[in-house]
Amino acid sequence: MFLPVLLKTDLLLFLLLLIVMVAALYVRRRAHLMKSWLEIVRRPMAASSLIVLIFFVAIAFLDSLHLRLAVENTAAQRQNYYSTEVVSVFDLLATSIREQTEKTYSAPFALHLFVKETIEDNKGGSERGYPRLQYGGRHLETIADRPLDVMQRLGVAFIKAFAIGFFLLIVFLGCQARRQRTSITASWQYSFSAASIVPWKTVMVTLAVFLLLLMCTLELAPYYHILGTDKVGNDVFYQAMKSIRTALLIGTLTTLIMLPFAVFTGLTAGYLRGRIDDLIQYLYTTLSSVPGVLLIASSVLLLQVYIEGHPEAFQSDAERADLRLLFLCIILGITSWTGLCRLLRGETMKLSSVDFVQAATAFGVRPLRILLRHLLPNVMHIVLITVVLDFSGLVLAEAVLSYVGVGVDPSMHSWGNMINSARLEMSREPMVWWSLFAAFLFMFVLVLAANLFSDVVRDVFDPRRRR
Amino acid sequence: MPSEAVAATALLEVKGLSTHFSAGDEGIVRAVDDVSFSIHRGETFALLGESGCGKSMTSLSLMRLLPDNGHIVKGDIWLDGMNLMDLSEVGMRRLRGRRMAMIFQEPMTSLNPVLTVGEQIAEVVRLHRALKGGAQRACVLELLAAVGIPEPQRRYGEFPHQLSGGMKQRVMIAIALAGEPDLLIADEPTTALDVTIQAQVLDLLRRLQSETGMALLLITHDLGVVAEMADRVAVMYAGQLIEQASRKDFFAHPQHPYSSRLFAALPTVNKRSQVLTTIPGQVPPLTTPFSGCRFAERCPHVWSTCRQSVPAWHTLANDQQVRCHLLVDENAKHRQDISTATARVATASLAVDDNVSPLLDVQDLKVHFPIQKGLLQRTVGHVFAVDGVDIRLSKGRTLALVGESGCGKTTIGKAILQLLRPTSGRVLFEGDELTQLKGEELRQRRRDFQIIFQDPFSSMNPRMRVAQIIEEGIQALVPDYDAANRQQQVLALLEQVGLPAAAAQRYPHEFSGGQRQRICIARALAVSPRLLICDEPTSALDISVQAQILNLLKELQQKRGLSYLFITHNLAVVAYLADDIAVMYLGRIVEQGKVTDILHAPRHPYTQALLSAIPVIEKEAGHAVIRLEGDLPSPSNPPSGCHFHARCPQAMPRCQESYPGKTLIASGHEVRCFLYSEDKPSL
Repeated sequence: MFLPVLLKTDLLLFLLLLIVMVAALYVRRRAHLMKSWLEIVRRPMAASSLIVLIFFVAIAFLDSLHLRLAVENTAAQRQNYYSTEVVSVFDLLATSIREQTEKTYSAPFALHLFVKETIEDNKGGSERGYPRLQYGGRHLETIADRPLDVMQRLGVAFIKAFAIGFFLLIVFLGCQARRQRTSITASWQYSFSAASIVPWKTVMVTLAVFLLLLMCTLELAPYYHILGTDKVGNDVFYQAMKSIRTALLIGTLTTLIMLPFAVFTGLTAGYLRGRIDDLIQYLYTTLSSVPGVLLIASSVLLLQVYIEGHPEAFQSDAERADLRLLFLCIILGITSWTGLCRLLRGETMKLSSVDFVQAATAFGVRPLRILLRHLLPNVMHIVLITVVLDFSGLVLAEAVLSYVGVGVDPSMHSWGNMINSARLEMSREPMVWWSLFAAFLFMFVLVLAANLFSDVVRDVFDPRRRR
Repeated sequence: MPSEAVAATALLEVKGLSTHFSAGDEGIVRAVDDVSFSIHRGETFALLGESGCGKSMTSLSLMRLLPDNGHIVKGDIWLDGMNLMDLSEVGMRRLRGRRMAMIFQEPMTSLNPVLTVGEQIAEVVRLHRALKGGAQRACVLELLAAVGIPEPQRRYGEFPHQLSGGMKQRVMIAIALAGEPDLLIADEPTTALDVTIQAQVLDLLRRLQSETGMALLLITHDLGVVAEMADRVAVMYAGQLIEQASRKDFFAHPQHPYSSRLFAALPTVNKRSQVLTTIPGQVPPLTTPFSGCRFAERCPHVWSTCRQSVPAWHTLANDQQVRCHLLVDENAKHRQDISTATARVATASLAVDDNVSPLLDVQDLKVHFPIQKGLLQRTVGHVFAVDGVDIRLSKGRTLALVGESGCGKTTIGKAILQLLRPTSGRVLFEGDELTQLKGEELRQRRRDFQIIFQDPFSSMNPRMRVAQIIEEGIQALVPDYDAANRQQQVLALLEQVGLPAAAAQRYPHEFSGGQRQRICIARALAVSPRLLICDEPTSALDISVQAQILNLLKELQQKRGLSYLFITHNLAVVAYLADDIAVMYLGRIVEQGKVTDILHAPRHPYTQALLSAIPVIEKEAGHAVIRLEGDLPSPSNPPSGCHFHARCPQAMPRCQESYPGKTLIASGHEVRCFLYSEDKPSL
């Protein structure tokens, strides 16, 4: 069978998801917060970015359920032995493309390798040429069959997508109709009219696009390398999908790690002032005047030395890579809390002279309680806005750091590593463009969705916008 | 409707103006609904109304400066024979500033902080008079001199932050005058200013009007200002004009039930022993489609017709126009006889008993804020916010602390509560020295004294329910109450301040200003304090709501024997509520005594000037206004000797040299002025 493996970052990710769920329950019970969030969902742009983000999170979640498969064991052995390779549920789902490794580079949808090799033909002779790929398009006779085959598969994908989509739509409308006690046609008309509270039209279109892309991928990926292969023949599409988890972890765990610290220091500095304020200010001014990249580089190198010096502390490569990822999150957190802390300090200073805080002081409410009940809820909008705005910055920062070589472990899939390994091939003629393109495409979609979503969040929660 | 003859000569004539706003989910806000009036040259026309009744929107509609979500749906605006509704935006721009100009309520935000005063006026001069170079500068200086700014040469190059509020409002007036307008629209021009400065600005407006012959549309909520300034008055209620009359007629016999009840709600000395008349309920939201009279829900005379049909204009013999069904003769039977004066059961406050030590005894209280500068934050000076104040307050009495903004009244309140730690001096509460209490001891003692703030909008945490807000004090200070006990207490308190029990589960933003102030009072009462510091609790409220709060405060004082330290600049409220008055000027108390002594026989020149500067409705014979020159000096650099000598009309050489000691005028009436120290024994 299998042995579940809980990596440190998995644990933190599950913790984060739990926090989000608890927060969602909390929001449901607070009318004013619920109203703001409903307002966010009502904006078509936010609704469709949210769907994109949820899709990414789902992939990352599947990719975080790690396990070690049991090795085929003989009946005589009582004890189970497990493979040293840690795989995730996502890996298992994508086994077909994960294991179809070629020799080296191949272009998207290619049938042949990208480089010339000496090929032995049946008659024993040899010639220089582009050998056929081991897996990509192996069901085809010649390259001339490819367009028709691709078209056929796309056609099947379209039909499947349409059928599934139609089925889901009917189920959705049926549920809606039952809930509102109307007919299906009436709920159709209502859901897609401007009167509907949730912009179902946008949601549906986004979901339809996703469904279509998903079906096309499912049809094509087992037979072709849809985004080509890299230097050692790994499927680029698979790499790009695996990188989602890395990017999301960097974007969210960093925040999770630095948030309590930034909120606590910001609030205490702003509320208590005096010496404590001086100390915290000194701390963050010093920290923000150290060049962040250098600090990160030196810390990551230090960690690397530690990892290499203590091989016995890690059971698998995955754990080593995971520790480095976690450490990167921590060090990114340490360099990025200052901005939020500064914002919170200023806002808290402003709030503590507002009458309701003064009134609480006059009631003899204890300082900690004032911080938690009066100040914290009133600065939460700043925290939220900063978190969503920072997210895309951190995803991009990971790419840059990995490119420079101080990011995540080279064995870990990440867009930064993909770009890094592809950079030398840019000068090739013809160019190997697909690794770069894939990393760029995925990163672009994620960052764009995050930015659009954070714009709306800022819009809705910014108190200056309201009268 | 104005008669044809009048319309022919009117400078501005507004006919059936309606302005609507789209307010998203809430529908359409009918901010201005079928408003018609006319203004003649050289006339002052006052538009009177409470907040949110649409008066500012009327003025913005006249200038066609409405925000994006608002538009004029109906009506004509004729300015000197020209219909403004036909003009293009370009044409309107040419007209603004030149034919009609506007000054706003808040002088702090209507000037650009990065341009000098001279440049800002010059900009308008260049635009409207096409002057350049020296002529332009001369013109600006002339304008500065015209609005009474001393040393115009120097002020020309100064930035707005270097000027005081009154000066800024003068600059705004100068800008408005630069285009030599025929009509000046003044939107609450003095609301943000102190009374002595208000008197200066109103004086200036009157003088300029008589010099230039321009018409003035004065928008205000202050009956006193109307009484001082207006030729004709129009009362606005919920987007509609409900009464128009000359000033004399309006003040002599207001006809609309709303107008007459506004007068009844004004606190005065004569009503001390009465419960103030209030107008129940609140202004209906302007999103309601009205089918009858807008005032019907709050009117004491209301009958079925009022709810069914909108009253038409009814013109009386003296040209006074009223929108009310009551004035149609056959409806006279519906007029209820409402005696506005309801006697109070127990009238007098508790008498002072000299043998008992006072509840609160503040001795030589000083609060100085250090001014820090430079890299090392060295202290280079002090703001002498409160500089040696003595006050005594006995159980069950009300002491009013009166003074202009910036004189240190609020600082005293906070220093007594130990929200600010005093620099020196003693605060004795029932003989206990509060300034020496620390930590837990002070926390326990906080049960006994509470505060009500000026702004009911910022004094409650917007994220907490009303019940949580009221409970908080009990939780912190009366820990032996359990949840059920607390809830009971909350409901009892809500009932005491006149709010329904359902209010407990709602959030503060769902309440109006007056209701919020009630919640604040309930919150303060929750820990059963004995001293309540009221920091301008009614200055953010409308007259009718103010009366409700004052009634509540008075009632609570009688029921619970509370002592109030009432911090305010509104002397009318003081006259109604207080037993004793302390008048403050620049961190020091200049005069102190019983309310009747101070109001009827003020001794200190500052008290005299302050009292005379208040616009009054009933002008008594011989009411001469003492105009104070200049502004309140900075408390970081107070004048030597008597702080008031620089502005005092009766200053003597020795006033500059030393600060006068206390002089006892009568029992409990003390003044610090050299005018009285020679013939009276100094204490």
